Amino acid sequence: MTHDLLLFLATFLASGVEAVEALTIVLAVGVVRGWRSPLIGVAAAAVVLAVIVAVLGPALRLLPIDTLRLVVGALLLVFGLQWLRKAILRSSGYKPLHDEDAAFRRQREEAAQAGEEQRAGLDWYSFTVSFKGVLLEGLEVVFIVISFGSAQGRLGLAAAGAAAALVLVVVAGVLARGPLERVPENTIKFAVGLLLTSFGCFWGAEGAGATWPGDELSLLGLIAFLGGFSWLLVRALRRRRLALTPARASA
Amino acid sequence: MRYVKAFGRFWWDFIVGDDWTVAAGVAVALALVAILAHSGFNAWWLLPLAVVLLTGLSVWRQTRPG
Repeated sequence: MTHDLLLFLATFLASGVEAVEALTIVLAVGVVRGWRSPLIGVAAAAVVLAVIVAVLGPALRLLPIDTLRLVVGALLLVFGLQWLRKAILRSSGYKPLHDEDAAFRRQREEAAQAGEEQRAGLDWYSFTVSFKGVLLEGLEVVFIVISFGSAQGRLGLAAAGAAAALVLVVVAGVLARGPLERVPENTIKFAVGLLLTSFGCFWGAEGAGATWPGDELSLLGLIAFLGGFSWLLVRALRRRRLALTPARASA
Repeated sequence: MRYVKAFGRFWWDFIVGDDWTVAAGVAVALALVAILAHSGFNAWWLLPLAVVLLTGLSVWRQTRPG
């Protein structure tokens, strides 16, 4: 039960934050150059992503569960640590926070300056930018859905978490008619990094032959432990940054 | 050949990212857990410890002045 809830939460949050970024790209292109080509690009990317889930998801289930958890745990650990490290660097001020409004303005300017090229009856710039944007942001979600879903044997639940967030973001985007800059993306990315790393630890160790004390409950302990460590690390880095820039700190 | 390289580079960047030492450290830690487990020693604590060390070192290195 704890696993299912956390699994849903992880895929929901990861999908939500990536969908917000993809929405910004599609909106910026659509507002400047019209909607037909970017929406066809979105549909094409969605088909590619759906095919990847449909092929890889069931294929991974053919592996023995321990091997699967070892592989998925290792991948989630490496992948999750990327998210967590970036979130720690952002929170401590060493990396700029992601600004959806600034990204929207930048994308809009690029869309306005791009040349006109028609291919297959499409505005090729709008089609390719939307296709690539949705495919690249979606690939991270697909990776998380497949790894979580296959290691836990709950591909449907993982996909439902991702789909729910996607629907929510699209509806919010349509209602707001603009980028969702008020979504606390940096905090969500921190939470996703923490969840991916914790699940990676849990499944990786199980796949390698270790058993966790308290079984499922140890996952909550892992999240608390790694969350506490990340918080301490952010504090230490902030102190160091301020100590290195005394003039800015006192200003 | 160029496309194969680009494909490999994409997946390397996608999974491993900007610090390959973290990925190498994770692989070593998992191998140690497996070796210890096969020797009858339940080293569940090793991975969280490895995460703390690898993250701390990587972030500290990236934020080192100069």
